[in-house]
Amino acid sequence: MELKRILEKYPKRQDCLIDVLLDVQNTKSTRHLTEVELARVSEHLGLPESHVFSVVSFYSFFSMTPRGKHILQVCRDVPCYLNDTFNVHETLESMLGIKTGDTTEDGLFTLEYSSCLGCCDQAPVMRVNDTVYGNLTPDKLRAIISECRSDDDA
Amino acid sequence: MAKIKINNMPLNVPDGITILEAAKENNFNIPTLCYYPDLDIKSDCRVCVVEVKGHKGLSTSCSTPIYDGMEIKINSPRAQNARKAIVEMMLANHDANCTACVRNMNCELQRLAESLGIHENRFDTVLQEKAIEQSNPSIVRNANRCIKCGRCVDVCKTVQGMSVLETAGRSHDAQVSPAYGKELKDVFCTYCGQCSAVCPVGAIMEKDHTHNVWDALDNGDKHVIVQVAPAIRVSLGEELNLPLGSIVTGKMVAALKMLGFDRVFDTNFTADLTIIEEGHELIGRLKERGKLPLITSCCPGWINYCEQEFPDLIDHLSSCKSPQQMFGSLAKTYYAQREGINPDDIYVVSVMPCTAKKFEAERPEMRVNGKDPDVDAVLTTRELAKMIKQMGIDFDNLREQKFDKPDEVTSGAAAIFGATGGVMEAALRSVKEILEERPLEKLDFDTVRGTDGIREAEVEISGQTHHVAVAHTLANARTLAQKVREGGTPYSFIEIMACPGGCVGGGGQPYGTTSERSRERIYSIYQVDRLTKIRKSHDNAAVMNLYSNYLGDPSGEKAHELLHTHYVNRRKK
Amino acid sequence: MMREHKLITARIGKINPESIDDYLKHDGYTMLEKALSMRRIEIHDHFEASRLRGRGGAGFPVAVKLMALAKESRTPKYVVCNADEGEPGNFKDRYLMENNPHQIIEGMLIAAYATVATEGYIYIRGEYANAMRIMQKALDDARERGFLGKNILNKRFSFDIEIRSGAGSYVCGEEFALLESIEGKAGRTRVKPPFPTSVGLFGQPTLINNVETLATFPSIIDMGGKAYAEIGTETSTGTKLISLSGNIKHKGVFEVPFGMSMRDIIEKLGGGVPGGHKIKMIQLGGACGPIIPEYMLDMVIDFERFEEFESKTGAGAIIVIDDRFDVFDILRRISAFFEHESCGKCTPCREGNLHMLKTVEKFVNYNATDKDLNALESLARVMHQTSLCGLGQTAPTAVISTLHYFRFAYLNRIEESNIEEAV
Repeated sequence: MELKRILEKYPKRQDCLIDVLLDVQNTKSTRHLTEVELARVSEHLGLPESHVFSVVSFYSFFSMTPRGKHILQVCRDVPCYLNDTFNVHETLESMLGIKTGDTTEDGLFTLEYSSCLGCCDQAPVMRVNDTVYGNLTPDKLRAIISECRSDDDA
Repeated sequence: MAKIKINNMPLNVPDGITILEAAKENNFNIPTLCYYPDLDIKSDCRVCVVEVKGHKGLSTSCSTPIYDGMEIKINSPRAQNARKAIVEMMLANHDANCTACVRNMNCELQRLAESLGIHENRFDTVLQEKAIEQSNPSIVRNANRCIKCGRCVDVCKTVQGMSVLETAGRSHDAQVSPAYGKELKDVFCTYCGQCSAVCPVGAIMEKDHTHNVWDALDNGDKHVIVQVAPAIRVSLGEELNLPLGSIVTGKMVAALKMLGFDRVFDTNFTADLTIIEEGHELIGRLKERGKLPLITSCCPGWINYCEQEFPDLIDHLSSCKSPQQMFGSLAKTYYAQREGINPDDIYVVSVMPCTAKKFEAERPEMRVNGKDPDVDAVLTTRELAKMIKQMGIDFDNLREQKFDKPDEVTSGAAAIFGATGGVMEAALRSVKEILEERPLEKLDFDTVRGTDGIREAEVEISGQTHHVAVAHTLANARTLAQKVREGGTPYSFIEIMACPGGCVGGGGQPYGTTSERSRERIYSIYQVDRLTKIRKSHDNAAVMNLYSNYLGDPSGEKAHELLHTHYVNRRKK
Repeated sequence: MMREHKLITARIGKINPESIDDYLKHDGYTMLEKALSMRRIEIHDHFEASRLRGRGGAGFPVAVKLMALAKESRTPKYVVCNADEGEPGNFKDRYLMENNPHQIIEGMLIAAYATVATEGYIYIRGEYANAMRIMQKALDDARERGFLGKNILNKRFSFDIEIRSGAGSYVCGEEFALLESIEGKAGRTRVKPPFPTSVGLFGQPTLINNVETLATFPSIIDMGGKAYAEIGTETSTGTKLISLSGNIKHKGVFEVPFGMSMRDIIEKLGGGVPGGHKIKMIQLGGACGPIIPEYMLDMVIDFERFEEFESKTGAGAIIVIDDRFDVFDILRRISAFFEHESCGKCTPCREGNLHMLKTVEKFVNYNATDKDLNALESLARVMHQTSLCGLGQTAPTAVISTLHYFRFAYLNRIEESNIEEAV
């Protein structure tokens, strides 16, 4: 099982918790963590489940509800706002037919807000999973979305 | 020593202490909220901020050490305004319907708001209504009143080593909660209730049984009897404005009679009975090379813990019911028969320093007729105090009364059940004397007394050395239980109490219980022991009469039917 | 003074960041070698003479921290690189990690040698996946070449570095929250004192410095502390990386000596505001910094000047805002950011940021009153004075500064709100 393989990679040390959780979450197409997985992680690292849950509920990367395969995180802080001439959020909402926070029915996309992505020199920016896209335009958004779709077909 | 100034007064204070301590030493009470003696300094409520000359911001007095030349202003307008604003922020996110709250007139937030003169709030209310959790028999959690001071999380994690409660989420969504936002009944909670004892507001509290008891007292068809645990008589006074450590046995009995109880009994009686049963169980295991060490079972917090975390040690647990439950089963059998009352008409109330006792009373094993609980309602010390106040009883001026006959005879050994090490000492007094068949030379077993988390002692019985151990708090229970699990411990007998200090520091004890206050109560408990004529459980003639008139032999068939129980693996997955 | 002064960014553009050979060709790791040939006290003397102050925001004198750690006898001791750059408007640490990773490692090695630390961590925010990948490769390469590990450069000096990833939390840039996060906990800060140099990571003595600060260490060994101190101003020595963003032609990272005016940075280096618009205001330092009007742009970059705003922050962001934007729309985003990022531990920050957001929204929505203005004013002060860590203390800076510089905007909005209500 995948979870077992991930757990075995890490020493049984509390300070590995965040890395383990990220690793587990990133291997899943639903990009979320379940109670069963957290229980296994807590057992492996010898931590109370309340502690593991405290960490999961604290960091915004973690989710306990299933999400899309591609998570679109749009920055909403000032430097991006100042350069957002066409409203990235609304454009994506209408392109994907979902509201921020939701996941498309095909399970491909989740649209989220993000705090500053540290790429203000390319504002407006968004992150799709681990990749940052900057200097966004409506055309660029269309291209990114269709790229994600074709990735999935391949 | 350091020279400091508080509100322009030059003072000499010891080096290394905090502003709060320096202030207290000089009779300045700086308001606090998250601060609690015995717990970590969290410094997160920010209520205790003061102005320090040269510091840009305000400093929290609980966490800031003093230094030579420090100048502190406790009530500068800046500090006062900040303190006020902080409390207003708490109130803006707090269900402040005070009259509907169990803590009304006994609430730290309410007191603060009053002393700071908060009559209107500059902030709009931002409270988002959350469901109240009341699905377990012991503890109610009302998140609408939580001010996130972190005391409950701290006591659960650092004192009890349980980490059932944690802070989940962040920013404004931060909540005190068990893992996954579950309810306590669905996680590994022992209902020790320490969280409810340290909560400054009405966010965590015991499940209220006072209504049930008032109803029963009002019901003419019910014969309502009450038993009072050993630790109540040395703590109840505190909730009723008497000095710390007051022994209020007689006044308490009088008050209970005024409340309308038909009979007022002493749990110490069944504590003596427990010693006889548990003592014989130990003697049996020693003689027949049974499962050792034998571990005490009168603390329901520890039982809940053992069943969930150490189910493999269940065979080590004494099969004796706790004194509360021995009383309950005898009340509905022996007592009913003796008094000629239909057991169904008897309503048994117990007053316990404990929230887990409410859970224990509801266990299906604790029903001699197979359907109704032997103990119908369990009041904490706090609940009893509340009823006394509700009744308008002038407690301090009451004339002392005695427990009802014939069970008023109890031993000093039973009295010390309320202190950590007390059950151990009580058992040793009886077991040693019974086995050696000659009177004890010395009654006090000093080596098992004290407040160290885990204490070990050697006891010589009939020329043979026996090792015993005592632990209090669940964190220490874990350490000791782990050793037993690993095997090879030399112990024959172990006493475990879930709460710090034993029952004197129980989760149902008065608000503001600290290790320092618990030590005073322990002192009073040993005082009760010293002043009691009978000091050993097996010298209690009333208990021995019960055997000859009704129970038969200790550990015999009838005794087993009524006074013993069994445990189950309740590990949650 | 209108040009960049490339000191710590000198190699950028000349080397392939993913090639250790390139770095070595450009004299990489020679400052480590030089440091290892020096007596530790000499290194400390250089840092003291340099008067280098931390580049992460707080501006604490670096030499003081280094000496404090060096004096600690408890082992192990840690050197932690704070790469949790989450302050909106800042991206200079990412720029350094992505373009010159080895210089950061070299800086950490010098710090470790000077303080006799044996283990290092680089805590990189989770959003910086690319920087993390580049740093990891640099660490692997450095280890392979013997710059990390046991007996580095055949000296009795051992040190190694691990990367730890953040997971989406701004407050983890605060030093104690960061340590908590490395330890696998939620990023809720600890009570100070004790400070990290005595009780830090895993309870051990720890030095925490920002990426830029550590990347400066090789330059100080190279030039000597005295020469370094000659760059910049009397109170702020050396160079500073500026992250320039917002309504500006050339967004990016610029390395300037302290003492350069903001107007020069914006106009000469940044090429001014595009599209024929005018500068209305700038936010200095990032979301936690002050918003100041255009007429103050002649102010120079300097720690002491920044401190006048009751803002400790000098992480070096300049966010340029042109005349199309409303100050309250900007404040709403800033307040929403802090409301989202507060750790929730202390009352003024947990509760205060929500009230701040709600009150600012009243101004955005034209339904603000005098009472709201008073509440906002006292709230901002109280949060600043009583919050447990830098987040809560600086979250109200933008509000405090606008209450001062844009007070007329607040008063106008209240008046306009009254009219709206009357209609």
